Amino acid sequence: MTTAPAPPKTTVSYREALTQALREEMERDPNVFIMGEDVGRYEGAFKVTRGLLREFGETRVVDTPISEAGFVGLGIGAAMAGLRPVVELMTVNFAIVAADQIVNNAAKIHYMFGGQVAVPLVLRMPGGAGHQLGAQHSHSLEAWFTHVPGLKVVVPATPYDAKGLLKTAIRDDDPVMVLESEGLYATKGPVGGPDDLVPLGRAAVRRQGSHCTLIAVSRMVWVALAAAEALAQRGIECDVIDPRSLRPLDMDTLADSVRRTGRAVIVEEGWPECGVGANLAARLYEECFDWLDAPIRRISSADVPMPYAKNLEQAALPQPEDVVAAAADLVGAR
Amino acid sequence: MTEAATGSPMARTTARRQDAAGPARIDADLMRRMFATMWLIRRFEERAAEEYMRGRIGGFLHLAIGEEAAVVGTIAALRDDDPVTSTYREHGQALARGSDPKAVMAELFGRRDGLCGGRGGSMHLMDAKRHFYGGYGIVGGSIPLGVGLAWAIAYRDEDRVSLTMFGDGAVNQGVLSESLNMAQLWRLPVVFFCLNNQYGMGTALERHSAEPDLYRRGEAYGMPARQVDGMDVLAVYGAVTEAARLAREERQPSFIEAIAYRYRGHSMSDPDTVRAADEKERWQARDPLVTFERVLLGEGVLTGEEVREVIARAEATVEEAAAFAEASPPVPESELARHVYANPWTDDPRGSARMPR
Repeated sequence: MTTAPAPPKTTVSYREALTQALREEMERDPNVFIMGEDVGRYEGAFKVTRGLLREFGETRVVDTPISEAGFVGLGIGAAMAGLRPVVELMTVNFAIVAADQIVNNAAKIHYMFGGQVAVPLVLRMPGGAGHQLGAQHSHSLEAWFTHVPGLKVVVPATPYDAKGLLKTAIRDDDPVMVLESEGLYATKGPVGGPDDLVPLGRAAVRRQGSHCTLIAVSRMVWVALAAAEALAQRGIECDVIDPRSLRPLDMDTLADSVRRTGRAVIVEEGWPECGVGANLAARLYEECFDWLDAPIRRISSADVPMPYAKNLEQAALPQPEDVVAAAADLVGAR
Repeated sequence: MTEAATGSPMARTTARRQDAAGPARIDADLMRRMFATMWLIRRFEERAAEEYMRGRIGGFLHLAIGEEAAVVGTIAALRDDDPVTSTYREHGQALARGSDPKAVMAELFGRRDGLCGGRGGSMHLMDAKRHFYGGYGIVGGSIPLGVGLAWAIAYRDEDRVSLTMFGDGAVNQGVLSESLNMAQLWRLPVVFFCLNNQYGMGTALERHSAEPDLYRRGEAYGMPARQVDGMDVLAVYGAVTEAARLAREERQPSFIEAIAYRYRGHSMSDPDTVRAADEKERWQARDPLVTFERVLLGEGVLTGEEVREVIARAEATVEEAAAFAEASPPVPESELARHVYANPWTDDPRGSARMPR
């Protein structure tokens, strides 16, 4: 992982940032409880819930059977009753098993019943590839969930945002999908305090430059920052924008940047067809067409199920070089 | 449809009835109310069918005619603040819970004054004030919601009970198994109520379930499970009363299979060609309204005159509901995007409005 900015002095990992958010929100609000596979005694497949069982007990940190549809549905029902469940799916891959509950129930209940009950549910899960886990354990499904009205979708790329967005998600009255990145759990950075929330729908400008806009989602923010650093050495200065939440989407910040630079490269870890990049590109064409000096480029994972072999997996994933080549091409500096 | 296949469910009902000692002793006033609600549902459903044929109701319309005893016996046995979840065949549950028939009919008409403001329709009624937590369109999908409502009750250490209703078709959804397991594992105050009308849409029970005694699905998870005659409102009332007591007092979930029969096809768009005419006639000969009336007359709870009054009142209520629904204005299109989010950031249905800064 290439990180452009120098790490601040007091830093915690993305993993620990999430743990802090959970602990603080559970201390603040007795309606918050955690449920998921191996979140208690095992302390989470990725140790995000470390120490919480000891602190809060078995009523509030609940190990579930391997029944994703069942316990996601249970979380929805509990949320309808006014509790604030934080349901952990071990990875986004298993959210597919619970897709009916997420799409047909969580996303629909407030609207379908005329606003009678809310579903203040958080579903948090890591996604992404890079660990040779093969086709079934390497998904990036941001686009799937962002497609669905009724859901909110956040994609934190830094420890600060992981903590601040998770806290906001827990306090929000709607179902929020917190899509974490497996590849970021060990990365470190500063975090906010108990009252530092990151609002939904507010992008972060990670780097500024006037030649091209790089819009990057989740772990791809770091790929884009590495690319921006390499591009800067060639005299190409880039805005790097991290949307942070995909629904709601801070279209203003994206469009303002693209209007200024006239060029955009969108970087995501998901697939290209009907992906996040496809959507953002369409939105930018609609809003910024007259300002564009070049077609918008999309960098995504290859349009294949993720292969196991290390070299193939790396070939399938977006790399900084891909972003560098696309941006250089757009500014005519091949 | 073979004779054996059509005959067996009823045979099982008779053989396995565990309440053969006779109807539960219940308050005469409650019995009169139950009878009135059953007639309200019957007439409401008949009227809904007419309105559907007139084109005033769109989409899918699933009628519960024939299932009134199972619906009313269940709701009557619960406390008013016990949460109930159900399927897309749920007009009766809403009415039994006390939802205004006018608002229910207006929802079917897709009007502003509907129970859900015209966003739900026939399949998606909810009356949260009355703890009716909704009708859901995906078979089996609402069962874990009922378990979650039970979870919240246990979490808050309340003495309420969650009851989740589903059909025989739903027993083959994996999420039922998941729900039964979690409920018993965590001893949640929930009643799984399977309204077995013996067909998953057009597929007969014997053709969709390897184990036709559906209550045994509950048994398999170590919870009390029983089969009752779903055409007998007092039998259903008795079974749910005991199940609710178990959940409320002992935190013991349980499973009830009520065997009933829907007189109409799966929905209004089902011409109902699969089921044999003589099968329908046999079940209609045990019509739950007629048999209950016989009990009430026999016990002197109602007179013949009072029965006629009950039916007339149901008809008047339904007439009034239909008139109200027809007069209710359309849902304003300006409200299209309202209620997508409880904490919205935009009212633009395209989602392209800006975040407030």
